[in-house]
Parts: sequence; C-alpha cells; structure tokens
Amino acid sequence: MKFVKTIAIALTAVVGMSGTALAAEGPEHPMQMEWSFEGPFGQFDLPSVQRGWQVFREVCANCHSLKYFHFRNLSAIGYEPDMIKAFAAEYTVPGGVDDSGDPVTRPGRPADAIPAPFANEQAARAANGGALPPDLSLIVKAREDGPNYVYSILNGYGETPAGVSIPDGKHFNKYFKGDAISMPQPLSDGMVDYQDGTPNTQEQLSKDVVNFLSFVADPHLPARHRIGLGVVGFLVIWAFVLYRSMKKLWKPVKEGKNFYEDA
Amino acid sequence: MAEWKAAKPQNKALAWFEERLPIISLVNNVVGKDTPTPRNLNYWWNFGSLAGLMLVLQIVTGIVLVMHYTPNTAMAFDSIEHFVRDVNYGYIIRTMHANGASFFFIAVYIHIFRGLYYGSYKAPREVLWMLGLVILLLMMATAFMGYVLPWGQMSFWGATVITSLFSAIPVVGKSIVTLLWGGFSVDNPTLNRFFSLHYLLPFVITGVVILHIWAKKVSDSGNPLGIDVKSGADQIPFHPYYTVKDGFGVAVFLAIFMTFVFFMPDAFGAADNFIPANPMSTPDSIVPEWYFLPFYAILRSITFNIGIPFTDIVLIPAKLLGVIAMFASILLLFFLPWLDSCKVRSAKFRPVYSKMFWFLVVDVFVLGYVGSQHPEGIVPMLGLIGTAYYFFHFLVLMPYLARKEKTLPLPESIANPVIKAAE
Ligand code: HEC
Ligand code: HEM
Repeated sequence: MKFVKTIAIALTAVVGMSGTALAAEGPEHPMQMEWSFEGPFGQFDLPSVQRGWQVFREVCANCHSLKYFHFRNLSAIGYEPDMIKAFAAEYTVPGGVDDSGDPVTRPGRPADAIPAPFANEQAARAANGGALPPDLSLIVKAREDGPNYVYSILNGYGETPAGVSIPDGKHFNKYFKGDAISMPQPLSDGMVDYQDGTPNTQEQLSKDVVNFLSFVADPHLPARHRIGLGVVGFLVIWAFVLYRSMKKLWKPVKEGKNFYEDA
Repeated sequence: MAEWKAAKPQNKALAWFEERLPIISLVNNVVGKDTPTPRNLNYWWNFGSLAGLMLVLQIVTGIVLVMHYTPNTAMAFDSIEHFVRDVNYGYIIRTMHANGASFFFIAVYIHIFRGLYYGSYKAPREVLWMLGLVILLLMMATAFMGYVLPWGQMSFWGATVITSLFSAIPVVGKSIVTLLWGGFSVDNPTLNRFFSLHYLLPFVITGVVILHIWAKKVSDSGNPLGIDVKSGADQIPFHPYYTVKDGFGVAVFLAIFMTFVFFMPDAFGAADNFIPANPMSTPDSIVPEWYFLPFYAILRSITFNIGIPFTDIVLIPAKLLGVIAMFASILLLFFLPWLDSCKVRSAKFRPVYSKMFWFLVVDVFVLGYVGSQHPEGIVPMLGLIGTAYYFFHFLVLMPYLARKEKTLPLPESIANPVIKAAE
C-alpha cells in the first residue's frame, strides 16, 4: 500500500536524522584503560588494590573522606587482623565523654570508618579555596565510566593551553567539566614509596588508587561475580531441562490429541 | 466462561477443608487442570506470568529492604549503603529490587504490545484490558516514588521536576503540589509520604491483578488467531501444558534478569544517583528511568501555547498542554476497544494494521530516544513528530483502518486452522 510506504519513508528519515544530532561541546572523553575487575570473570588485582590503599592514605586522605569504608573492610583485600588493627591505631578518633563529661579521644579500631580529614564541610572548603573535596567511597560509581574517568582526572593536568583562562586557585584539567578543577594535581612520579618494587610512576600510582577506589565502591564484586556464575549457570541448565520436558510433554498436543470430547 | 468444576480431594482432611473453602477448585479452575485454554498460545503469552513473577519479587525484596531502610532525608542514602555493604547479601537484594523494577516494566510493556497486536482489548475483554492499564498506572506511580527513596541526586531532582508538573493544572495545581510535597519544596515530608505510598501501592496492584485474572477467567484467554474457541478440540488443560511452558519462560527470563543483577547491576541506573541528594546543586541533565522516557518525550515535545489566533490570549499554556498530552497518551488506551471497532482481533489477518503496529513500536522507541537526550538540535523536532505520530496512530489510523481495511479470511477454528475459503 502506498500509504504504508509513505509513512515508512517518513519514519526512516526521521530516525536517520536523529543519528546526526550534534554532540554537545564538553570535556574530553576519558582515556580507556583495562581493568582486571571488568567482565563477568573480573576480579580485583589485590596487590594493586593494596598499593592503592597506600596511595589513598598518604595522599588523597589529606583532603578526601571515605565515610562508607571501615578498617575492617581491609580484610577483604588480604590484610591480617593485626595489620588492620595497626592501620586503625594510627588514627585518633573521638571517644565519647569521660566520667566528668569531658570529650575524650581514643585510638582508632577496626570497626571505625576511615576518619575524615576535616571536621565539617566548612572546614574542608576553607582549606581548599572554597571547593569541597567529595567523599570518595562511591566516586567510581557516581561518575559516568567511573574508573577511566578518575584515572583520567588524575592524569589530565598540564600546561593551560593558549586562549583558556583558569580562575585563581583552579587548575587546568582537560577531563574535568569546564576544564578548571579546584584540586591541585595530587599525584606525580615518585610521590609514594612502594615496598614491593613496583615502579612508582604517576600512571602506576593512579592505576593503583583507582583499583582501590573501585574496590571501595563495590566491595562485594568478587562474591557477586562468583555467585552470579552459579546462579545464571543454574538457570540456563534449568531452562534447558524445562525446554526438553516441555517438548516431550507437548508432543501429543502438537499431534492433535483431543482432551475434551464433549463439544 | 468455562463451567466451574468443583474439586473432590481423596484425602478426608482436604475434602473437609475444600467443602468449607474451595481453594483447590479455585486454583484448578484458574490455572489448573480444569482450566481449558486455547491450544495455540505462543511465547508472547508468557509475559503475563512473568509480570506476576516480578510483582512477587518486588514485594519480597522490598519488604526485606524496609527492614533496613530509614525514610529520613538525613539517613536514607546512608541506610541503603549500610544495607548494601554490611548486611549479608544486602547487595543482591537491593540490586534485585532496583533492576526488578526495570524487568517488571519490560514484561508489562511486552505484555501490552502483545495485546495491541492480537487485539486483546476487543470484546469481550475490554474490562480485562482496562484493569491492565490501571495496573500500569499504579506501577508507574510506585516506581516513581520508589526511585525517590534512596535520596540520591536523581531521586531528588526527578521528584522535583515531576511533582512540579502538577502546578500546571489551573486553579488547584499549586495546592496539589503543596500536598504532594507536604510543604513548599521536596523535603523530608515528601520522602515520608512517598515511602508510605511506595509500600502501599504494590498491594493495591496485587488487588487489581486479582481482578485482572478474574476478568481473564470470565472472558477466557484470547489467542494468536483472535478467533473464539468453538469446541473442546480447540483447548487443552492449562496444567500441565501451560504451567510447564510458563515455567520455561520464567527460567529464561530469570537467567537474563540475574545476568543484570550479578554482572551489570548499575546498567539501568544513573551515575548521579550515587551522589547524595543536594538541593543546592542541579545535575547537568535530569533524565527519568528508561521506562518513563517515551512519556517524558511527549511531555517535553509540546513547547507552544494554544491561544486565540492574532491575539495574545493564551487558552492552554505549553506546560499544561504537555502535561495533558502525557496523561492522554496513556488514558487514550482505555478507549481502544471503541477506537478500533474492527471485528477481526488478530493483526495476523489485518495486512495494513499489522504494519502500522510495527511503525508504532518504532515510534515509541524514537520517543524513548528523544526522552533521553538534551532537547537541542534535531531532538525537539523529532519529539514533536514522534508525539504527533503516536496520537495519529491511535486517534486517526485505528478508527480509519477499522472501517476501511480489507481483512484476510479467518481460519475455521483453532484446532483446524485451515483458512476458510474467501466468502
Ligand atoms: C589538596 C587536597 C586534595 C588532595 C590531596 C586530593 N584531592 Fe581530590 N579533590 C580536591 C578538591 C578540592 C576537589 C573538588 C574539585 C572541584 O570540584 O573542582 C577534589 C575532587 C576530586 C575528584 C572529583 C572530580 C569530579 O568529577 O568532581 C576526584 C575523583 C578526586 N578528587 C580524586 C582524588 C584522588 C584519587 C586523590 C589522591 C590521589 C585526591 N583526589 C587527592 C582536593 C584534593
Ligand atoms: C510494584 C512493585 C514495586 C516496584 C515497581 C518498585 C520499584 C522501586 C524502585 C524503582 C526503587 C528505586 C531503586 C533504586 O534505584 O535503588 C525502589 C526502592 C525501594 N522500594 Fe520498591 N518497588 C516495588 C515494591 C516495593 C515494596 C512492596 C516495598 C516494601 C514492602 C518496596 C520497598 C522499597 C524500598 C525500601 C526502597 C528503597 C531502597 C532502594 O532504593 O534500593 N518496594 N522500589
């Protein structure tokens, strides 16, 4: 029918045009790296996650909190209980009040969350030129293409190109929205001393800290992938078995068997 | 309706109970061995049971979530993080609930398009169809309010944008919005009432589902040929034939669902909802969940007022018109049984309608795409065309084809699907 064809052509034209819609001007797309935790069999690279914990502690923790992460969670990346106790004890945390009602402090315990570097938002802003360093517990999930994005931010600093003006107290970063970020370049070659002989280049430090933050954002990923394989595997087998028995059961129906003689 | 068959259990205790409350008979007569069902149902008929499965799954996972959830703006986000991180298998329950909503809509949308293709809304199934639409509306309200509960950025801003729509209604609009908010902005009272209703509505849905199945029992299942059952030879018992077929569907559907739950848990989610709600900072783009996108596109596609030509008098402002169009896009489905008066139910025997059906499917996908994009460049135009075509399909094409289309000859019966010689 001509009528049908006309509508078909109109619709195809409209759908076709939508593909050419202009992409909005924005920051550069993140670099695409390979991460061991991607894909259905993906798991964390534990030595890298451990190094990332070191990078976080020595660098990022000066400005960023990690409020959903507790010292006890470190056992999932291969630390022994006494090491975890030692990590926690490096910090001093509020310990309630003493018998006369005065506030006291105590050493951190494994059950504590990682203490925040600033007492409150105002203090954090005051120390960072008015900008708030976000909590990093979920940062990898809270950004599109998270692991690649955070990696790119950490490596996106450089000379401000001609023609771009960066406000005072901000820094050029080509992967950040608006190209001007309030965080000074946090990582550079040799900034953290690794015990295991891994080269401490800026790229390596970034990669390790992203591995760590990905673990923090999704600590159950290893179990999730393991259980998932079992669950989906079981369902596929179950579907297959049901399909076979259905075919067998339906054979008489397909051959025209009559169940209701009455009518 | 097929005649009611009373079950007579052998077991004394069961028989005693059955006499007082015939629950075995009920099951037997609705989805059991005493439920004669057309023998030719295809896989598109699986999606009703799949939608029911998802409803049960949402209720079960939802009730477990409530055991740990705190409906307070200061604690909602944290309470869910705590559930996901520290409660045994909490991360599985939570992702099942969040992705479950998407899969519920997938099942229901396919179920509805099945109805559109095979004319399931036609006599004698009008009430059955309308009850289905009531379920759809309730699901939308439930999912919208559920999405607010985790109190992330998208929760907060989505709630703000959508509830503000009601302010477009003349005279009472502002009061309705104040009532929805429980104040003068989306805040703790909003979260509390949404939580209360999010818990309530799934049970209202369950009630309507029972009516829906009752109406199905009364008018019997339709079938892909769209012709009435003529004799016992056209039918087979529901159990075991369709119970096994539904079971197979469940296994396949769950396998796909679980693939998302375990391997792509955030695929349907927005990254912004991992940022706690912040009324001081608007996200770059506020995009609803995918299942609302076509309706959102219709809402935004109307950017012109309706007024008296050559004067400045505005009769219907654009915002109100958009809201009307959005609600009308669903409400008009209630009138399908009368918009489409063609006696032939199945699109199989309607050469033109069957093609127009697929154009409608494409149109809805285009609208979905439009809803997901910034309204710039070609997008608003595309939205307007898509919206116009949507209404054109239902309000013009359907009534027109019902009168003019030359349908194909119908088969003699389901059991004997040899085409009758053309009259
Ligand atoms: C000197 C303080 C400081 C240090 C050290 C620091 N940051 Fe930041 N960071 C900030 C501030 C301030 C912001 C907010 C930037 C803005 O909004 O412009 C920020 C923002 C970020 C963001 C969010 C960017 C976005 O998309 O909003 C990420 C990711 C980040 N930092 C990661 C890190 C990592 C990883 C480290 C450790 C290697 C680190 N930061 C160390 C101050 C710091
Ligand atoms: C029709 C069935 C239901 C649908 C479609 C539905 C949908 C949703 C959606 C879309 C969310 C947001 C999920 C997220 O983004 O994280 C949500 C959250 C929630 N729902 Fe439901 N829900 C249903 C039934 C229920 C029931 C019956 C309960 C309780 C008895 C419940 C309790 C909750 C709770 C506590 C949350 C917040 C937790 C969270 O966000 O993960 N839901 N629901």
